[in-house]
Amino acid sequence: MIKAEKLSKSYNGIPAVHQLSFEVARGENLILLGTSGCGKTTTLRMINRLIEPDQGTVYLDGKDIREGEPETLRRKIGYVLQNHGLFPHYTVAENVEIVPRLLKWNTKQVQARTEELFGKLGLDLSLLKKHPAALSGGQQQRVGLARALMADPPVLLMDEPFGALDSITRIGIRKEFLELDELQKKTIIMVTHDIQEAFEMGDRICLMDKGRIMQLGSPEQLLFEPANDFVKEFLKQQHLHLELKVLKVRGRSAWNMMDELGSEALRNLLNDYKS
Amino acid sequence: MQEGVSVWQFMAQQSGQLIRQTWTHLGLTLISLILAILIAVPLGVFISRRKRFAGLVLGFAGILQTIPSIALLGVMIPFLGIGPKPAIIALFLYALLPIVRNTYTGITEVDAAVKDAAKGMGMSKWQILTKVEFPLAFPVLMAGIRTATVINVGVATLAAYIAAGGLGEFIFGGIALNNSNMILAGAIPAALLAILLDVLLSVAQKFSLKRVRLVYVFLPFCILLLCSFYLLPSRIGGRMLAGFTPEFMGREDGYLGLKKVYGLNMETVVISDAMKYKAAFEGKLDVIDGYSTDGRLKAFDLVTLIDDKFIFPPYYAAPVVRQDILQRYPLLEGILNRLSGLISDQEMTSLNYRVDKLHESPEKVAHDFLTSKKLLQSDKSGPSGVIRIGSKVFGEQYILAQMYKMLIESGSNLTVETKTGLGGTKICFDALNNKQIDFYPEYTGTGFLVLLKPSKLLIFRLTKDKNAVYTYVQKEFSEKYNLKWLKPIGFNNSYALMMRRGQAQKLSIKSISDLTNHLKQN
Repeated sequence: MIKAEKLSKSYNGIPAVHQLSFEVARGENLILLGTSGCGKTTTLRMINRLIEPDQGTVYLDGKDIREGEPETLRRKIGYVLQNHGLFPHYTVAENVEIVPRLLKWNTKQVQARTEELFGKLGLDLSLLKKHPAALSGGQQQRVGLARALMADPPVLLMDEPFGALDSITRIGIRKEFLELDELQKKTIIMVTHDIQEAFEMGDRICLMDKGRIMQLGSPEQLLFEPANDFVKEFLKQQHLHLELKVLKVRGRSAWNMMDELGSEALRNLLNDYKS
Repeated sequence: MQEGVSVWQFMAQQSGQLIRQTWTHLGLTLISLILAILIAVPLGVFISRRKRFAGLVLGFAGILQTIPSIALLGVMIPFLGIGPKPAIIALFLYALLPIVRNTYTGITEVDAAVKDAAKGMGMSKWQILTKVEFPLAFPVLMAGIRTATVINVGVATLAAYIAAGGLGEFIFGGIALNNSNMILAGAIPAALLAILLDVLLSVAQKFSLKRVRLVYVFLPFCILLLCSFYLLPSRIGGRMLAGFTPEFMGREDGYLGLKKVYGLNMETVVISDAMKYKAAFEGKLDVIDGYSTDGRLKAFDLVTLIDDKFIFPPYYAAPVVRQDILQRYPLLEGILNRLSGLISDQEMTSLNYRVDKLHESPEKVAHDFLTSKKLLQSDKSGPSGVIRIGSKVFGEQYILAQMYKMLIESGSNLTVETKTGLGGTKICFDALNNKQIDFYPEYTGTGFLVLLKPSKLLIFRLTKDKNAVYTYVQKEFSEKYNLKWLKPIGFNNSYALMMRRGQAQKLSIKSISDLTNHLKQN
């Protein structure tokens, strides 16, 4: 679906991203994980041409994204930002209608789609007439997502989508996102610095440092087969927690079973599993 | 102040004038403002895109802002002549900075995340500008436009100096004529206009965007209407055009008298003293008012028309001194009187010519003259002290002030401070009454008509006799203000109408009656 080939970008001679290559399959969730300044956001923004790479190519469905206008490309790719980026002078309705209007949908289509999405995202239709400033942080983020999903783009780019939320709201919304059928079939590239988030949401994780890929693989691979010391070091602190998330007992995550069994039982289970 | 006439009565009497001036004022302000918006907003957008030009553009606009308005108008004259054109350009230049700066600030301060989202969703640059940046920058942009509007309403009063009309005609006429009602009749509407426009714009600012768009459509129409009324040519079909100072326009012994006594009826514009000679010389004006000893008569090859019905009263110059100063320094009167009867009309004209046209300094001209008359013998005697001499803002007064300074400093132990450039008659006279100056050279006619405001009957009785006017002002000033008129210097710097020599000869106009007849025939 998306293929990045040897992407490089430097600012004032300092490389931000260096010779980066990866592929994302259709319907897959790829997480770009790393600390601030590791080049993950730069990488993301090269996919919708908000940043043009110095070298390398991005292919979308086998086609070089540099063919055609950047605007046309961006209208096909959903984009969710950390600070939601809602237009403060537009109502919620006007905000979510932006991309459909750019694509010249008629009013009926727009309305039907808005109602559908708001239903799925658990947003009340009475919010439509309000301005973003009147919404809670969680609502703003959901509207931001709704706006990105309106035109049903096959690809979704998310830049720290939960970064501006408090930790409790963040966990709640993350869960909702995971369960959302709209997102199941989408190819998603998401940037985060939150390891838990990455492990919870990613099919594969691309751990980056100083513009290079440290390891690209499934959560289990990162956890149990770290490619180098950096990866080991990076995951060390939250190792047990992550193990719980990754390990599955009869197809269910150990983490989710904790509530049902109690932590004592779970620890026993885990010890059994390990031995 | 005319007795019993309030500002409101004055405004009612002059309502025709008032409405015309207000319209012109509004026209000047709005046309220049629209031009400024058309240029400054795109410029502001441009520098928000290319930040390296921001400093340059804002700096340049800032420099324009610091040029004194009068100077800017003066600089325009050689390129654009007189009338509304240079006034509009000057106002336009003043309006640039606040609008450019606020457009730039407004657009730069739009939340980066919002711009990023707009771009990321696939909006084009134009769509981002019109749908995101402009609406969000709008309040800041409007604040800039409001600032520019208020500045322009104020500066537009100065348009009266270059024959562009506006409420400045009343304001400067009133200052020149010592007529507070007239000043207020210009100043109050100007202030109201500034407040009104600011309120209207603040209302426009609060409209929802859709309504604002409507306003944007209608506004240019209104402006076009205004323009069309305003830019109607003021000179229709080669008729002669007169340019008079605000002072002359409002005086009984000026335009009012010309209309009554001679039945003169011609197209007139109001223009400042500094601009009119050049404008006449360049053929922008055909008839101007002026002073019969003005050096610029010679410089610009103009001739005075004979006042064959004696409407211009005699203007013999003489120092007007505070009595208390004369008592404190008894030798002063003798020193000042050394100049009396010494300078003829011709001599004064040529002295003025040297200053106005040849740009010699008034000090040098005064010194040369006094030396040639052997008046500068050093004779230090008497007490020491400081004498402050005032003068109005034109060459002749500077020369006279310098002569007095040299006479006093060579003939006594007194030292002299000159306070030149005290604007018009009213400012000089008030400064004298408030003891900010000790004396200044005044003209009998001005003292009589402007400061004493005699009845019409008295004017009729006295104007034709130079001695009668002098005696009258001497007596009245002494009684009313405790001021003494010393002996006249000799020349009569009376008002006169003047024309280009060539045109006057071609049309064989020698007197004001000839001019009236010529106008009636055509």
